Amino acid sequence: MARVEVQNVSLTFGAHKAVDDVSIAFEDGGFYALLGPSGSGKTTLLRMIAGFEFPDEGSIRIDGEAVENVPVNRRRIGMVFQNYALFPNMSVEANVAFGLEVRGETGEAVRRAVAEALDLVQLGALAKRRPHQLSGGQRQRVALARAIVTKPRVLLLDEPLSALDKALRTDMQVELKRIQREVGVTTIFVTHDQDEALSISDRIGILKDGRIVQEGAPEEIYDRPKSEFAATFLGEANILSGEVSGGRLQLDATTAIALPQGTNAAPGRLRCAIRPERVRIAAAPTGVNGDRAGQLRGTVVRRLFSGSASTYFVDCTGREMKAIVQRGGGADIVVGSPVALDWDPADLIPLPAA
Amino acid sequence: MIRAPAFLSGLGRFYIGLVLVFLYLPLIIMAAMSFNASPFYQLPFEGTTEWYAALAQNDGLIAATLNSLKIAVMTTILATVLGTAASLALFRYEFRGKRVLQALLFPPIAIPWLISGTAMLIFFFGTGIGRGLHAILLGHVALALPYVIIVVSARLQTFSKDLEDAAASLGASSWQTTRKVTLPCIAPGIVAGGLFAFAVSFDQFVVSYFLATPGQTTLPVEIYAAIRKGFTPEINAVSTIIIVFSMSLMLVVSRFFRFGGDQ
Ligand SMILES: Nc1ncnc2c1ncn2[C@@H]1O[C@H](COP(=O)(O)OP(=O)(O)OP(=O)(O)O)[C@@H](O)[C@H]1O
Ligand SMILES: [Mg+2]
Repeated sequence: MARVEVQNVSLTFGAHKAVDDVSIAFEDGGFYALLGPSGSGKTTLLRMIAGFEFPDEGSIRIDGEAVENVPVNRRRIGMVFQNYALFPNMSVEANVAFGLEVRGETGEAVRRAVAEALDLVQLGALAKRRPHQLSGGQRQRVALARAIVTKPRVLLLDEPLSALDKALRTDMQVELKRIQREVGVTTIFVTHDQDEALSISDRIGILKDGRIVQEGAPEEIYDRPKSEFAATFLGEANILSGEVSGGRLQLDATTAIALPQGTNAAPGRLRCAIRPERVRIAAAPTGVNGDRAGQLRGTVVRRLFSGSASTYFVDCTGREMKAIVQRGGGADIVVGSPVALDWDPADLIPLPAA
Repeated sequence: MIRAPAFLSGLGRFYIGLVLVFLYLPLIIMAAMSFNASPFYQLPFEGTTEWYAALAQNDGLIAATLNSLKIAVMTTILATVLGTAASLALFRYEFRGKRVLQALLFPPIAIPWLISGTAMLIFFFGTGIGRGLHAILLGHVALALPYVIIVVSARLQTFSKDLEDAAASLGASSWQTTRKVTLPCIAPGIVAGGLFAFAVSFDQFVVSYFLATPGQTTLPVEIYAAIRKGFTPEINAVSTIIIVFSMSLMLVVSRFFRFGGDQ
């Protein structure tokens, strides 16, 4: 268990900067998600923390000890791979015992630690099986038991659940979270699934083009994204852009919306985000204009029903807005009907210029 | 499994039958003749073990057989160890000239043994290595090495590097990883490579013929010499023994490692 500190780390492959001057600290016992689109450098960053790749520049510290030149087998980390990477030539038990045996431990101590780890992932009954006789979820549990049995200083997971189907994935997220709490190991979890990042981690770091664009608690990033990228990548967002004038945002010649109280944006262009579930939608009689209740008016062009909620796609004179309405939360609005969109100005999130 | 239409399945069986007949009929006839009393393949068949008894007295043939076995076993060990190490290096590391080296591994397989043999004879003569069993061994290892590397490398293609990474992340040194993870996973490839090496050496006539000296020869060279002097059914007898031995070896090994199947 340890604090991991990454400072100004860069790594270039050929001409491509895979990780570009990244600084981020992972506090002791925290559960971190590294989230970002494909190719954003998540795996590369994780592999540098593990010791498979070595940074061109910058330092990596585990518990204050500089490790950037320590090879992986001496870093005392645990890693779980996307394809499980279980040793096919060994039983479940032997897989879990491997990390202890290569350290020279033998006998009763190993047996006890292995049994304990397998109990923790609830696989005690399958100890004698071979990896190919297990389901995907079971394999991932073995991989997890194998990684934590050595009491690593930090647990690294590279999209460990992406090979599982959705239902199993949700189960495993809960399970992983429980195990992490029980063991208390600092955990860094790479994913490109935003829901997974939101539900599983204490903190999220968002990566884009090899850089960390924002780091914080899930709620914090969701409620106060600092860029359009963060706003749209973590959750859905409507983006509105216009000119600031007199505490309002002038979207075009005829439309202006209120900015949140206390916004002291300098006059000039500004982009704001609003979450679709914060947008209220109501049927608006045609022909009536200037109604102050509706911040924006438009026509429903599409409706996406997803069980518990519906997403309305509304065309507001060329600007597409999304509004999510919980089931039973309002009258049915059909495609083609004129609507008014409204929200609390406090829900509007001003985004700093990129 | 997809079932073939009946006529295709019949055709398939006929075809497989034909292949087996061509492969095995000559061997069976040879084996039968080694037990036939007539030295001129005359029928009716009259059972005897006279040729096996004669073989037991034929010191030249026995010595050559032992030489062949010794050289084949040593070639197998040397070529398998060297070839596996080379395959692992090619799999793991990036280095200058790797592509060229890989490309250069294949052509020797296509070079006629007659030419390889001549080249080796000239080279060994020029460097003072000379001829004899040691030269034969050296030649066989050189001939077998590309086969081992190709077979083991093919097996490594299906081996995920993540397994080595996983072992390293668990604290294993590079040697521990090799011994406990990589080698067991590619064992079927290593065994197959070893069988190739054994076959290349044990079957080898051309190169051995060039490098053998009168007192020191291998079985194929000795058989060839014997046939030139005049055919004797002892050749059938020794061949039958070799066939039974080789086929048992192959059967045991292929059962043991279930080639192609998942372990
Ligand atoms: N060994 C390598 N050699 C050359 N380029 C590489 C290498 N590894 C990664 N890259 C490049 O570095 C960039 C970051 O790759 P990385 O694997 O870290 O992305 P990622 O965020 O994990 O993506 P994904 O979600 O697809 O796994 C990519 O553009 C990739 O092509
Ligand atoms: Mg990746």
